[in-house]
Amino acid sequence: MEHFDFIEMKVPAKAEYVGVIRLSISGIASRMGFSYDAIEDLKVAISEAATNVVAHAYESNGSGELNIGFGVYDNRLEIMVSDQGESFRFDEIKNRIGPVSAKEEVKPISQMREGGFGLFLINALMDKVEINNEYGVIVLMTKYLDETEVELSDQIQTK
Amino acid sequence: MNLKIDILREENNYIVRLTGEIDVYTAPKLKDKLLPLTEKEGNKIKIDLANTTYLDSTGLGVFISAYKSTKQNNSNLKLIHVRDRVLRLFQVTGLHEIMNLEIDER
Repeated sequence: MEHFDFIEMKVPAKAEYVGVIRLSISGIASRMGFSYDAIEDLKVAISEAATNVVAHAYESNGSGELNIGFGVYDNRLEIMVSDQGESFRFDEIKNRIGPVSAKEEVKPISQMREGGFGLFLINALMDKVEINNEYGVIVLMTKYLDETEVELSDQIQTK
Repeated sequence: MNLKIDILREENNYIVRLTGEIDVYTAPKLKDKLLPLTEKEGNKIKIDLANTTYLDSTGLGVFISAYKSTKQNNSNLKLIHVRDRVLRLFQVTGLHEIMNLEIDER
C-alpha cells in the first residue's frame, strides 16, 4: 500500500475557525513544496468545503464539529472535510468514496444541489473532487504537486 | 484573520478600503456595512482591494449582492486595485465580465 502521512484536526463548526484551517493547510502545503499559487488555491478550496459544513451547522441548531483529514503523499495532498463528529478512518472512507464504489454515493460536482459558487470553486481549483453523502457530507479533494501528473493518475484509475 | 473596513466619504463618493481576509467569518460584517451605501441613489462606491489578502465565495457573494443593489437603486459600484489572487477568483467564476473591475498590473 502506498505510504502517506496522516494529519487530522477537529474544530468547532463555527465561522471563526475557518481561518485556522486555512493557516493549517498553508503550513502543510508549504512543507510539501507546493507553489504559492497552489497554496492559495488549496486555501480557497478547503475554506469552501469548511464553509459549507459551518453553514449547515448553523441551520441545524448552531453546533457541530468540523473534521479535517490531510493525506500527505509524495506527489499529492488529499484533503477530507467532514461534518461528522466521529473521527474518521481515512483509508476506510477513501475506499468507499473512491472510483471502485463510485456508483451511487459519489456524484459529479455538477449534480450537487447545494453550495453554488463554493463547490464550483472547489472543482475549479482542485485536480480531483469527490463527495459522499452516505453519512453526513464528506468532501474528498486532491491536489498534485506537479500538475503534469494529473493525466497520468487518471489513466491509472481507469484501468 | 480579520477584516478591517475603512470607509472614506466625500459627498456621495465612497471608498471602502478592505484590509485582511474576506471569508465566512468576516463577510457578514462587510455586507452590513456595504449594502446600505449601495441603497442611496447617486452614490458612487469604490471598493479598494489592494490590501485584501484572501477572498472566497463568501466575499464574491457580498459583491454580487452589492452589485445587484446598485442596479436597483441607481448607485454605482467599482472594485479597484484588483490583483493576482483576487482577480483569479473573479476570472474563474466569470464575474470579471459582469462587474466593474479596475485591475492592477504587476
